[in-house]
Amino acid sequence: MSETLILTKRWPKKDPSLVGYRADGGYAGLEKSLGMEPVAIVEQVKASNLRGRGGAGFPTGLKWTFLPKDVRPRYLCINADESEPGTFKDRYICEYDPHMLLEGIAITCFALDIHLAYIYIRGEFAKQARALEKAIEEAVAAGIFGGPKLLGKADFPLEVHVVRGAGAYICGEESALMESVEGKKGYPRFKPPFPAIIGLWGKPTIINNVETLANVPWIVEHGAAAFAALGAGKTGGTRLFGVSGNVKRPGVYEKPAGYNLKKLIMEDCGGTASGRPVKAVIPGGSSSPVLRGDEIDISLEPDAIKSAGTMSGSGGVIVMDESVCMVRALARIAMFYAEESCGQCTPCRQGTPWMWKILEKIERGEGTMKDLALIEQLPGNIMGQTICALGDAAAMPVQSFVKKFRQEFVEHIEGRGCKHGETAWGVSRQAREALVGGNRH
Amino acid sequence: MSHHDHSTADRGPQEIAELPKDKVARFDAALPEILRRVPPDHKEAAMLAALRRAQEIFGWLSPAAQKLAADRLGASATRAEEVATFYVMYHTRPVGRHVVEVCTNVSCSLAGGFDLFEDLKGKLALENGGTTADGRITLRQVECLGSCGTAPVMLVDEEMHEGLTPQSVTQILGGLK
Repeated sequence: MSETLILTKRWPKKDPSLVGYRADGGYAGLEKSLGMEPVAIVEQVKASNLRGRGGAGFPTGLKWTFLPKDVRPRYLCINADESEPGTFKDRYICEYDPHMLLEGIAITCFALDIHLAYIYIRGEFAKQARALEKAIEEAVAAGIFGGPKLLGKADFPLEVHVVRGAGAYICGEESALMESVEGKKGYPRFKPPFPAIIGLWGKPTIINNVETLANVPWIVEHGAAAFAALGAGKTGGTRLFGVSGNVKRPGVYEKPAGYNLKKLIMEDCGGTASGRPVKAVIPGGSSSPVLRGDEIDISLEPDAIKSAGTMSGSGGVIVMDESVCMVRALARIAMFYAEESCGQCTPCRQGTPWMWKILEKIERGEGTMKDLALIEQLPGNIMGQTICALGDAAAMPVQSFVKKFRQEFVEHIEGRGCKHGETAWGVSRQAREALVGGNRH
Repeated sequence: MSHHDHSTADRGPQEIAELPKDKVARFDAALPEILRRVPPDHKEAAMLAALRRAQEIFGWLSPAAQKLAADRLGASATRAEEVATFYVMYHTRPVGRHVVEVCTNVSCSLAGGFDLFEDLKGKLALENGGTTADGRITLRQVECLGSCGTAPVMLVDEEMHEGLTPQSVTQILGGLK
């Protein structure tokens, strides 16, 4: 069976330069766009059921329509912060096909009358930032954008710049991202007002994820209906799923949006590297509620996976086999949120390190049943009590791990320690070569 | 975020005038390229890029280096300090000639990242964040580097090394002078 590949069809070996991209038909979507009414492009994207690929899954075209009609300038920010643990897809778009992203940006800017776009890329992606810089230079030199016209045809000045972050998970949150683009520390802003109304430098701003915008050229070229048909329910297109952890073939897989999680893990990724049963799966980045190994026979479509009590978020799937200690894994996740809390809101600033410390205490064998009761209560005191979603992101894994693997926490307390000892991270720890080619048959 | 402790012993140069003139000149020469990317009426938006360049030139962000970036962007020194202390890739204390940063988040640790970090601590006789006595290497654990499929991974002087094995780590570290 052949599956339609949109994002990964040129990965990883095809020439990522402008020459290579054009040889494969690149910038035909932009060409076609210039012959369309901008509002018709927005309608296409709306009808395609393209939804944000950064985690929240908000309908992209709908977001675009929130821009006030008469306020200029407007800005576009492209979120290439990719910091949710388990997520590693956008980096490959930047590395292997940067012009696909740039074409998506150019079409989006043309559709929305935006003349300045910033690609905000996490500081740790030095190689990917260089790839984007190089692609921008090529596009500007070829007159695709950056001058007075787009593709030498439509009068439309457009500047695209790369802004590098400097190490802060919170800057993937859209309002913190804008603060960072403005050259500040990444403190999230209150919403409302939403960025589409008051964004960068107080002006209307659209913020879209890398993968989201990389789909736009295909939608314009092949039509909204074709894109919508690839997906399922209210989610159009394919999605990039990054699978890591204890699987035989980790990597990025491009699959229809409604693909089955179990099939992805057991067939595409070849199951666990050790052959041991799957114990737990984090389906959409570390903040998504964990699933037990017997709960993974579900669709990854954002609305469908909701009924399983979790989310496909950023598409980062982390697989743990039976040899991994769930208390160890959760304590590490809790440490991440404690480290990355920006410190602005008290429940998150104080609550995340507290959760981490209690979990470490239980893992060391020093926990009590009172600690367990506390760790069941704490997340609820953070959730919904903070300016941004980091508080919720920290609370959800704690709630779900304790609920689904409660017996392991009790065993740590009653047994005064972790029975896994030195192997709490499992016994199949090894580096493997990742697949970065989309899919394999 | 990392909340850096400032010990009085290594506070470094305090004022711009204390910085080496040739390095200040290098920083000033790099400014136009940095400012080209931000609107002329929002020079302070270049703060992250200016601090990155200052760190490359001066080795770390002393109060004087932070003030230099602030001064050239027309921003306050406090604003520069706020940014320098918020983001983990900025060093507000001296570091070794090379900075080695190992990811120990879930996907990396499932592939041996935690073991690798513990092993390096032992080999270099360092705690997290420490620098070897000869000033060669600063070692620290960091959060997810967005390379989970090729775990375990680490950054060496901000460049990513993926699919690490004990052998490849030994080789990479051996190449750091």
